[in-house]
Amino acid sequence: MTNIAIEKSKVVRSGRRFMSGDIACAEGALAAGCLFFAGYPITPATEIAEHMARRLPEVEGVYIQMEDEIGSMAAVIGASYAGVKAMTATSGPGFSLMMENIGLAVMTETPCVVVNVMRGGPSTGQPTMPGQQDVMQARWGSHGDYEIIALAPSSVQEMFDLTIEAFNLAETYRVPVSVLADEIVGHMWERVNIPDIDSIKIVNRKKPTAPPSNNFAPFKPEKDLVPPMAIFGEGYRFHATGLTHDERGYPRTESAEAQTRLVRRLCDKIRKNRDRIIRVEKAMLEDAEVAVVAYGIAARAGLSAVRKARARGIKAGLLRLVTLWPFPDEQVALVARQVKAIVVPEMNCGQMLREVERAAKETPVIFLSKLGEEPHKPDEILDAIEGVQR
Amino acid sequence: MIEELGHPYEKFLRKDRIPHIWCEGCGNGIILNCFAMALDELNLDLNKVVVVSGIGCIGRVSGYTNTDSFHTTHGRPIAFATGVKLANPELKVVVISGDGDLFAIGGNHFIHAARRNLDIQVICANNFIYGMTGGQYGPTTPLESWTTTTPYGNIEQAFNLVHLAAACGSVYVARWTTLHTRWLTEAIKKALQKEGFSFIEVVSQCPEIFGRYNKMETPLKMMKWFKEASVVQHFSDPAKAEITPNRITVGEFVDIEKPSYGRLLREMTTRAAEKK
Amino acid sequence: MPVKTWRKPLDADKVKSPKGEVHLIKDRCKGCGYCIEYCPKDVLEESNEINARGIHPPRVIDEKRCALCGFCTAICPDFAIFTTEKNCEGGC
Repeated sequence: MTNIAIEKSKVVRSGRRFMSGDIACAEGALAAGCLFFAGYPITPATEIAEHMARRLPEVEGVYIQMEDEIGSMAAVIGASYAGVKAMTATSGPGFSLMMENIGLAVMTETPCVVVNVMRGGPSTGQPTMPGQQDVMQARWGSHGDYEIIALAPSSVQEMFDLTIEAFNLAETYRVPVSVLADEIVGHMWERVNIPDIDSIKIVNRKKPTAPPSNNFAPFKPEKDLVPPMAIFGEGYRFHATGLTHDERGYPRTESAEAQTRLVRRLCDKIRKNRDRIIRVEKAMLEDAEVAVVAYGIAARAGLSAVRKARARGIKAGLLRLVTLWPFPDEQVALVARQVKAIVVPEMNCGQMLREVERAAKETPVIFLSKLGEEPHKPDEILDAIEGVQR
Repeated sequence: MIEELGHPYEKFLRKDRIPHIWCEGCGNGIILNCFAMALDELNLDLNKVVVVSGIGCIGRVSGYTNTDSFHTTHGRPIAFATGVKLANPELKVVVISGDGDLFAIGGNHFIHAARRNLDIQVICANNFIYGMTGGQYGPTTPLESWTTTTPYGNIEQAFNLVHLAAACGSVYVARWTTLHTRWLTEAIKKALQKEGFSFIEVVSQCPEIFGRYNKMETPLKMMKWFKEASVVQHFSDPAKAEITPNRITVGEFVDIEKPSYGRLLREMTTRAAEKK
Repeated sequence: MPVKTWRKPLDADKVKSPKGEVHLIKDRCKGCGYCIEYCPKDVLEESNEINARGIHPPRVIDEKRCALCGFCTAICPDFAIFTTEKNCEGGC
């Protein structure tokens, strides 16, 4: 795609910058080497599309506004199979439309990034208000049994950093990775430190080492359960399908053995690599007696509440989930064993709550639900923390 | 007569996948045959051809061609092809899919890809029915046809696909039946060499299901309909070219020049990349 | 449909119509009948043999009739029949 030598400074504008989360996400994608964006405008993710529309042609990438989100996701998979890092960005309603093709991306092991700047739902909901109502959908939204990776940024800096990480994870595991932001993180403006392009760690998909041959098996996994990815146009002449298939990529719709082999590997690919995928951030947890387990915008208030609690002499700590899926079971379980109770603030009616409860086993979990325009106030979380100590 | 010689078009097929799953007399086999012939006569670099298909009997075609290929979710081959072509414009991306996949569930992607004049070729195997799922009606099923979901006769008007394709802005529109093998091959060759969005409707037979349900139970009976009803008329008004039991207008309908989406995209990108 | 004329073309001796050899991959044949029905020279008919699918594949009645038009090669959905040019050095 390049005739003109693109200056690195065009791709990554390093330095201390001030921008919104959506824009930081787009800049992160460019820094990761994304050269294809297919999407559809939707509040509050539209700015990502607009920024990509402006920036991608500058770096000889492609922005296309597809006719709907279904087509957007299909185009993303097509671009990825043609060898280009590709992404889309949407919100709840678009995320729902993309679900079938996210399943196609899983089944065809397509590296790609889907950003969902979550808003109030369900249905059209409150387009300009934050929400965290799609976190279960990110994991279970498509039909069939599968695993994906989802990350939850809680600052503009993380919109930049985690989008790069999303691309790296997608390329490593050949899986769609969701970046689950929310309207506040997407629309707020904060300072971002953008490093030099050379210091940004980029991962590219494994390529087949053997030259094209009649026996080439595009879905034959290596030890890490991830097959090296052949792309179109290099002579491999391979087939990929959303049907259950064998290692040659050919449909195997009649065989239980083929179904077992493929579906289990697609799940194990993520499950067995959990330790390398999952990230959490711990604050003041070493001697904590109460823990706040939170992610995204709720974790901002959570951190503030924990600090206030500490100032009042309460041993509170925060476990911030950076990776939402696969769910950080062990990390939550570890914290649960240590504390009297866990407080989970979420901008929904209880989604990651259920995962926390499951991992926390006997430890009581207090749920703070918040819906609508306002995120949790630190004092609301502080009240709950104090309530535990009483 | 000598057996054991390889068929001349076998090099365009994945040998370990032949014989294909299609029924006796199925038009899909003929479409694959003509496509292979076109590739043969054009001498294209097969490493740069990508065949994309959707769901349906014809959807299996991508599994048979000896090229890079992809079998998408229902209705989405054109959207997928958009991503492929824009990411790597050097690839020749051909969508081969069915009437339901392209015009029912996939209708939106068709009209927009045509409107954009995306540089891809779309070949539609129009067999007037949803064969793979056992014979339900689709957007091209003729009025009054019997199908499993129109047991009292189809009451829906059928699309006139060449009219639709022309109206959406395709630069090349042609319709042939599977009987017109030489014409069809030439049309495919022309489309593959033409810049912009080309559409070829192939009126194709499904004798096993559509034929059996509608008094044309054998392959030869369906072919007889094509033979008797088709009239070659180049550049007639596509709006008047509906398919009826008595008349199938075949030929080229549109052959115009228009800059493709890719061309405009490259010009725009050059402008954007050169600024500052 | 052969065109009836009252005279031979002046260069009839110089122009050689190609002659074809018919090749069958019998076990691929599914018995649709297209090649038999539409061969313009009536080269084929249904045979009495039965192939691996239980179908009667076509048989060549008279290969000398084959004009290498290529229609059977093109129309067969199953890649079961094709023609090659016959070497007519010693006459056909």
